[in-house]
Parts: sequence; C-alpha cells; structure tokens
Amino acid sequence: MSAELAEPASKIELPAHIGGGGEIPTFNITLRVRRYNPEVSEEPVWEDHQLTMYGTDRVLDALHKIKWEIDGSLSFRRSCAHGVCGSDAMRINGRNRLACKTLLKDLDTAKPITVEPIKGLPVEKDLIVDMEPFFQSFREVMPFLINKGHEPTKERLQSVEDRERFDDTTKCILCAACTSSCPVFWTDGQYFGPAAIVNAHRFIFDSRDDAGDMRLEILNDKEGVWRCRTTFNCSEACPRGIQVTQAIAEVKQAILARKI
Amino acid sequence: MSTEIQTPRSGRNSSGKYSSGKIAPQYRRGTGSKGNFEMFAWLFMRLSGVVLVVLIFGHLFVNLMVGEGIHGIDFGFVAGKWADPFWQFWDLAMLWLAMLHGTNGVRTIINDYAEKDATRLWLKVVLYAATVVIVVLGTLVIFTFNPCPVVNGVQLPGGFCPAP
Repeated sequence: MSAELAEPASKIELPAHIGGGGEIPTFNITLRVRRYNPEVSEEPVWEDHQLTMYGTDRVLDALHKIKWEIDGSLSFRRSCAHGVCGSDAMRINGRNRLACKTLLKDLDTAKPITVEPIKGLPVEKDLIVDMEPFFQSFREVMPFLINKGHEPTKERLQSVEDRERFDDTTKCILCAACTSSCPVFWTDGQYFGPAAIVNAHRFIFDSRDDAGDMRLEILNDKEGVWRCRTTFNCSEACPRGIQVTQAIAEVKQAILARKI
Repeated sequence: MSTEIQTPRSGRNSSGKYSSGKIAPQYRRGTGSKGNFEMFAWLFMRLSGVVLVVLIFGHLFVNLMVGEGIHGIDFGFVAGKWADPFWQFWDLAMLWLAMLHGTNGVRTIINDYAEKDATRLWLKVVLYAATVVIVVLGTLVIFTFNPCPVVNGVQLPGGFCPAP
C-alpha cells in the first residue's frame, strides 16, 4: 500500500566493533527459593535452581527464567518490573529488597542466593503474601488530602519550602519492604508499621492539609509511633531511600509538641 | 450454570478462612486505647535516662573516687550518707527512677517479644510485683535506716553508735 517506514534509529544494526549484544558476561548461580503451597504441604521448603544468568540480570530475571522455562508453578508478584510499582518486594539473602532492582552481580554469586517472601505477613503461596493487613494500616492513617476550606478554582499553591518539608515521604511505593523488615511488626502484626507512618507523615507535614491533628491522634495509639524502637531496619530496607526512621521520629515530635 | 469463584485474598468472608471482615484475625487491632500512656512512657524513658546518668555517675564518683575511695566503703560509710537528707533524697531518686526506667524497659521487651496475650499478662504480673516489692523495701530502708539498733534496751552487735 505504501512504502515501508524507515527503521527507527534504535533498531539499526550496529557494526560489530562498536559493541552490542553477545558480549555480556554470563555466570552460574544457585537460586534458593522458599516454596510454599498449602494445597500440597503446610510446611514451606527450600528449592534450589542452577541457572546461567547474564551480568545485566536482576533477581527478577532469574525468577522469570524459573517460571517461564523450568517450573511454571512458581508464584510471585511483579507488575512494572522497574522499581516503581512496588509489587516484588522480597527477602533476598536475608534483606528486604525489590527483586527488580537487585542485580545478581551485586550479590555473592559464589553462594546460593536465597529468596523468601517478606516476613510478618501471612504467606499465600511461594513468594506471595497477604498484603491486606498492611493496606489496612495504610488506610487507617487517611492517606489523602483533607482540606476544610472552600474548593479552590485553581490549583492549591504551595511554597517550595512547604513542598520540601514532606518531599522524602512522597516517594513511598507501598512495597511493604519497611513494615515487613520491622521486628516489632514481626511479633504480632499489631504495630501500624513504618509504611503507614511514612504516608501519614506525607500529609501531616503538608501545609495544604487540615487533618494533621486527626492523623497524629491515630498514631498516638498504643500500636502507633511509640512502638518504634529505632532499629533502622526500615530505613535500610526502603528501596526508595526514604529516611523512614527519621520520618517516624518527626511524627513522634509532632505528637509531643501538640500534647505538651 | 455459574461457578462461584472466590476472590483470592481480600474477600474471604464467603467461604474462606476468615469468617468476619477482610483482615486475618491476628492482625485486627483493638478499638484503640485512648489516652497518652505510651507517649508519657516514651518521654519518661528519655528524661529519666538523662537524670539517671547524672545520679549514677555522681553516686559512683562519691563512693569510689572521693576520699579513701573504694576502701572507705563499709557499714559506717553508708550509715553516714543516710544520716544526710541530701543523700537520702539522692538515693531515693536513684532508686525510683532506676526501678521505673528498668520496669518500663522490661515491659516494652515483654510487649515486643511475648506473642500471646496470656504470656504477656503473667510476665507483667511478675514484673510489677517485683518492682513494687523492691521500690517499697528500698524506700523503707532509706527512711527508716537506723545505724544503731537497740532491741529491748540492748544494743545489737555490729552497730555504729556514738559512745554513750
């Protein structure tokens, strides 16, 4: 019908000397995955897979390789696969991380790489946990703008400084890496958890929001901010680099300042 | 012909494991405790900690460094200190703050590590009982300490009394 469109620049084949595919080093790894299937056994088991992976591969690629080429029954969550959606938080080599942001070459490939579901939430199958308790705590802090004034006809303006005040806590992607790394949460799952407090912080310190006091009152609960033991597990686990423990400390101070 | 497909996670109330509500029962929070007890407990830990640093190092310095130092500590030394209201107050403050600080710390540890409510309850009963006994006994000793006990008109041996 019409002439073929020219190939987009990115697909033009490069001459061999410039480089390109086929030159990425490969290495062998052992991926040790915590498998759980309640229809088969109540006990989770470790399952080893020997894989040949590329230097550019992430843990998620190794999981994909298992699922797509070896054992399709392996279950895990992932959506965007690029560190934005927060679906694939898991415990890799004993640390909570996003499988899609953890390069295999950054781990010790000489030893088996362990992959487990995040701790403290009920496991449903393999690496999938029930996130409902986590989201319930998130809902309880009312993570949405509450403004008692009249609906403005234009956008709600805010100074750069006011925006900067809560910038860090806007980065949360609700992957639950922080909450499920918290030893207080592991005990009984009653603690609101770092993620809920981070998302409360995001609105408490927003100059456009009027419900900061309500949120502070919610987090003054016996399972609220006072259960934080400042172990910094959450700050270490956060794949977005949010200073979670600091945010919790700021909420504590805000509650104290309001009460005393 | 219709097949009912159960929602995988959130709505387990139809025929799934969780009969009421969406959240697994062990995660459901109580209706929430009103009041600021946890806030004051948190604040008390920090304030008492600062005061205790002063009290304890002052105590150690006076007992171990001043004068004859550790060799000067005996029954008479303690008797002499408790004859002074200043040291009575110092030791009383140290006793109460250390006991409440320590008790609150252990209470926190029980809350964090005990998984069953019954375990929590009994550990706390033991903890609070021990605290009350020690605080009451200690307070009693500080205020009723008598270096020169006399029973039925006879001085008990070992007393440090001024010569009659």
